[in-house]
Amino acid sequence: MTAPAIRLSDLRKNFGATEIIRGVDLEIRQGERHAIIGPNGAGKSTLFNLVTGRLAPTEGRIEFEGQDITAWPPYRIARLGLARSFQVTNIFPRLSVFENLRCAVLWPLRQGYAFWRMVDTPADVRERTHEVLGKIGLAARAQVPAGLLSYAEQRALEIGIAIAGGARVILLDEPTAGMNRGEAERAVALIREVSAGRTLVMVEHDMSVVFDLADRITVLVYGQVIASGPPAEIRADRAVKEAYLGEAAA
Amino acid sequence: MTAERRRALMPWGIFALVLVVLPHLPGFGSGYAVSLLSQMGIAVIFALSYNMLLGHTGLLSFGHAVYFGLGAFVAMHAVRWAAAGLWLPIPLVPLVGGLGGLFFAALLGWPSTRRAGTVFAMISLGIAEMVVALSYMIVSFFGGEEGINGDRTKAPSFLGFGFGPQIEVYYVIAAWCFASVAAMYAFTRTPVGRMCNAVRDNPERAEFVGYNPQVVRYVAFMAAGFFAGIAGGLNAINYEIVTAISVGAATSGAVLLMAFIGGVGHFVGPVLGAVAITYLQVSLSDFTHAWLLYFGLMFVLMVLFAPGGLAGLWFMHAPILRAGLGARLIGPYARAVGPALVLALGAIIAIEVNYRVSTRPDLGTAFEFAGIAFDASQPWVWLLAGSLAAAGFWGMRRGLGPAFERHASLMAEAKGGGAP
Repeated sequence: MTAPAIRLSDLRKNFGATEIIRGVDLEIRQGERHAIIGPNGAGKSTLFNLVTGRLAPTEGRIEFEGQDITAWPPYRIARLGLARSFQVTNIFPRLSVFENLRCAVLWPLRQGYAFWRMVDTPADVRERTHEVLGKIGLAARAQVPAGLLSYAEQRALEIGIAIAGGARVILLDEPTAGMNRGEAERAVALIREVSAGRTLVMVEHDMSVVFDLADRITVLVYGQVIASGPPAEIRADRAVKEAYLGEAAA
Repeated sequence: MTAERRRALMPWGIFALVLVVLPHLPGFGSGYAVSLLSQMGIAVIFALSYNMLLGHTGLLSFGHAVYFGLGAFVAMHAVRWAAAGLWLPIPLVPLVGGLGGLFFAALLGWPSTRRAGTVFAMISLGIAEMVVALSYMIVSFFGGEEGINGDRTKAPSFLGFGFGPQIEVYYVIAAWCFASVAAMYAFTRTPVGRMCNAVRDNPERAEFVGYNPQVVRYVAFMAAGFFAGIAGGLNAINYEIVTAISVGAATSGAVLLMAFIGGVGHFVGPVLGAVAITYLQVSLSDFTHAWLLYFGLMFVLMVLFAPGGLAGLWFMHAPILRAGLGARLIGPYARAVGPALVLALGAIIAIEVNYRVSTRPDLGTAFEFAGIAFDASQPWVWLLAGSLAAAGFWGMRRGLGPAFERHASLMAEAKGGGAP
């Protein structure tokens, strides 16, 4: 249990001649809530995409609980117990809300590629799906095709899919993006609840959410980490103020 | 729970009953009818197997006949081995065909299923062309231009049946049809079957919940190949001959047509499509030489105006009928469908007249349609066709709007009131 949940060593990603991630070293400790902030274009989403296997790094190393997962395909990383949500809603639009969540619990509950048993037979699949459905507040919408949900409901489902499998490490990419104040508050309460006892990493623009939820904050500017530490330290950091918070306050 | 279960099993009971009773109903007992029913049973399996790819997994294949045809060839060889002394009764031959289809799907499926969309479609087309070319090269397996034949009556008898008469073959087909339809339906309810839908909708998200989309597609592809092979095996014992046509583009096109016209969005869609298209294939060709043209027209019209297929049309109207509001559709629908029929009549006369003059002048210009004698060399025939079509088109344009409006308002009414 001494190994960090995620360790990035000298991680680099180029798109053609453009360097997006320029040598990132970062440790996410087990059980912490870690926020990654930074101005637009800093490479926050790219960093998530590298960690979860959506993109392969140009250089560097990614470890998950001490295991090297650099350039693994997303499904292998997901099977280790690392789940994520997306900044742009990424659900199964023609499947019902219930089925969206059920798809996310199948692999963790060892259903695999089974074609010799019915999907409703294992009680744990059904129960876990209903449990998550209740948590994200969509029980009444269970049979609605996900593509017909409102934006806020789709965002809740997006988080639901990420947490349904019971992954030990959860990466949320701007979970409150586009939400109004009330919706964001509900989302934060949900994130706080489901991340108890797990490791949470999130990219977030809303500073009140960040300082409210995070145990530690990493500031990413122009593909490099300029500061990483507890909220109070980040708030006091001069480089951060100049690069990011000052800009936001101005 | 038991009432729910009974409700779920009821359609299957009806389906089994229909399969058993159908050839004994008045009008269905003739040799013509039984062989038509046999073809329909085969087509139902084939079309449903195709929809495991298109409807359920989102894979548009232009070469599904490869697995149908190769299954049929393997099965035909099995019939010949059986005639030569191998203990393989005729009812088990379709299983051999299915395993043949599965083998080739397992072989060719992995490179095919790397990606969905255009890449998959193009690869399926390429493989189909390759197999057709091979079928003329490997004569020992495919029998060259004549194909290969076998005598099903020479195989060992099964429970006293020799499978000479068509009706006995029908029951073999009916039994496999029931088992295959049930198995394919069950597949949609398994974990991997549900993930087929997920991969169709969003392969990327499927990866992030732990599934490799290529493996999911590959499993679906092999299952589809297996059931296509069963259909091919049934086809082999039904006709006792298999030629290169069965792996060819026309067969691949026909199964796409069946699935699409029936409706790929619903499990039963391809069943309806298979029955309707098989009937039209057999009967239309008796009425007109231009039947392929009508076929194409029908396909285009379905794609444009009813992309949900026959099943889609049914599910669009079922809530209204269930709410007892069907009578209020009749008026507006009649005002749209009536002119549409006039348009169709004009178009049919024009097509038939044209066909006489341009394509088959050897048949002469005189012909009969709907009991009326026509002479294609007379200008009035062309004028009649043109004005019928124009008038029908005009009337239909006026009628369609109100018909759609009535449908939408009744749909809202049916859903709003009394729905549980």
